[in-house]
Amino acid sequence: MTTDPHLEDLLRELAPQVLGVLARRFGDFATAEDAVQEALLAAVTQWPADGLPANPRGWLIQVGYRRMIELIRGEQARRRREDLVARRDPDDRQYAPAADEELTAERDDALVLLFMCCHPALAPASAVALTLRAVGGLTTAEIARAFLVPEATMAQRISRAKQRIRSSGLPFRMPEEAERADRLAAVRQVLYLIFTEGHTSTAGPALRRVDLAAEAIRLTRALHTRLPDDSETAGLLALLLLTEARSPARTGPSGELISLADQDRSRWDAAAIAEGVALVTRALPRGPVGPYQVQAAIAALHDEASSTKATDWPQILALYEVLERLAGTPVVALNRAVATAMVHGAAAGLTALDALGDDPRLAGHHRLAAARAHLHEMAGDRQRAIEDYRAAAARTSSLPEQRYLTMRAARLASGPPDGPASAEAPHRPDVP
Amino acid sequence: MKYMLLMQFSTAGTDFPSIDTWTPDEVRAHIAFMGEVNDKLTAAGEWVDAQGLGGPQQARIVRAGEGGTPVVTEGPFAETKEFLAGYWIVDCDSPQRAVELAAYISTAPGPGGRPLNMPIEVHPVMSAPTEEL
Repeated sequence: MTTDPHLEDLLRELAPQVLGVLARRFGDFATAEDAVQEALLAAVTQWPADGLPANPRGWLIQVGYRRMIELIRGEQARRRREDLVARRDPDDRQYAPAADEELTAERDDALVLLFMCCHPALAPASAVALTLRAVGGLTTAEIARAFLVPEATMAQRISRAKQRIRSSGLPFRMPEEAERADRLAAVRQVLYLIFTEGHTSTAGPALRRVDLAAEAIRLTRALHTRLPDDSETAGLLALLLLTEARSPARTGPSGELISLADQDRSRWDAAAIAEGVALVTRALPRGPVGPYQVQAAIAALHDEASSTKATDWPQILALYEVLERLAGTPVVALNRAVATAMVHGAAAGLTALDALGDDPRLAGHHRLAAARAHLHEMAGDRQRAIEDYRAAAARTSSLPEQRYLTMRAARLASGPPDGPASAEAPHRPDVP
Repeated sequence: MKYMLLMQFSTAGTDFPSIDTWTPDEVRAHIAFMGEVNDKLTAAGEWVDAQGLGGPQQARIVRAGEGGTPVVTEGPFAETKEFLAGYWIVDCDSPQRAVELAAYISTAPGPGGRPLNMPIEVHPVMSAPTEEL
């Protein structure tokens, strides 16, 4: 779609609303998604010529509704649904939903859509693609560009995800109370994945490439608006804002990663930091406390400090200990070891790291070697630091991280030691 | 995650008999199988790119000489005898899946319709985000 950006934004905003109405009315998410795509296509071709309708949302619902019926009728294999439609007399306009009907249901629609798209039955990549299209209102071409795959491949991925939802017979409604917490956790994880993909992406700026980090923040913000009392969703939004706030300072002129210790903090986004801090400050005492809130609290401590030296490391260490109890992953343990080094010295940090070497998830992982390298560098053990930086560089699958690690090894190997700053701060890439 | 699957084998014919010694039917079956691989990858939403490459007779090694002028050496590559016959780039959910795909490609039929079990190299493309475990 090469359309006027204003029209595109309007359609992106309306698409999930229309999808929600149709999916709820017909109880068939996969077909409703097809119908919405066709209604959007009709809008893109007709509106620029005929002018914007007085009620764009109503227009899309009407067109989508008619397409929906055609699609269902065309599905010979789904007679049962046909019976349902036959009772509806679709040609009589009064049965088509009015544009302003059931506004209360709308709040739920967006949530049900998210629950649908982030269903645990879907592989993460499929859930991400479907969420971006059905809830984010992005085109398949835009999503394909964002992930650097051919459009046909992305279309296939989305269509398979919809098939999967169809074959699992999921009803279009809120999950039962009993499973809602788990399903919401799955939604948050998909949003976090979308963010990570965007925040750390270094692929060249393709033509109008979608900013996935901004998209993840937009979707998380919408989720938070609908569930303002869910502290973990507030925590996720805070984490994304506090991480993205550093993004202007994260990379240098040629796209090289700049570690947290070396970033120009005046380039951080103060407004995003203020919003993130306010969110996590409100969420934490409300509880229940979850991993996203704790990570947001850690990010807030980094973002509020004027330098690495001025950072409240004891507090960060305490938070990592909390995080380990809540959701102990190897990476959390690694970060705790680094925080230990900042509080109790490099030797204590290295001892903590040694205890992790037996974890099969970490053995041979580039993150472990990288953390070791930072702490050896901190301790002034140049040779070991060089070896570990090189080992980490050889193991990572992230190009910017590989360059960063290679550069640190090269700097140590070739020059006089850096200034005292490096002895005080671990140079770890600034990752969420 | 993106992976590059390389179909690389020895020009010496040590991995399997050279394709120019096969019967037309054996060659046809082999080509049909390669078409199926692409269809399967496309249907799974994993296909990014795939190309067959010209043989060692057509391949050239280029180095910059004096003032950057190209100095061209002809193949085949005497030192290694290794030759790159083609590649796929796939986008799949896990390293295990990439290995599974490589093993499937390795079963391409050869003489007598028997699987060649040819070596397939699996290389991660450096496209991973710097992510949490």
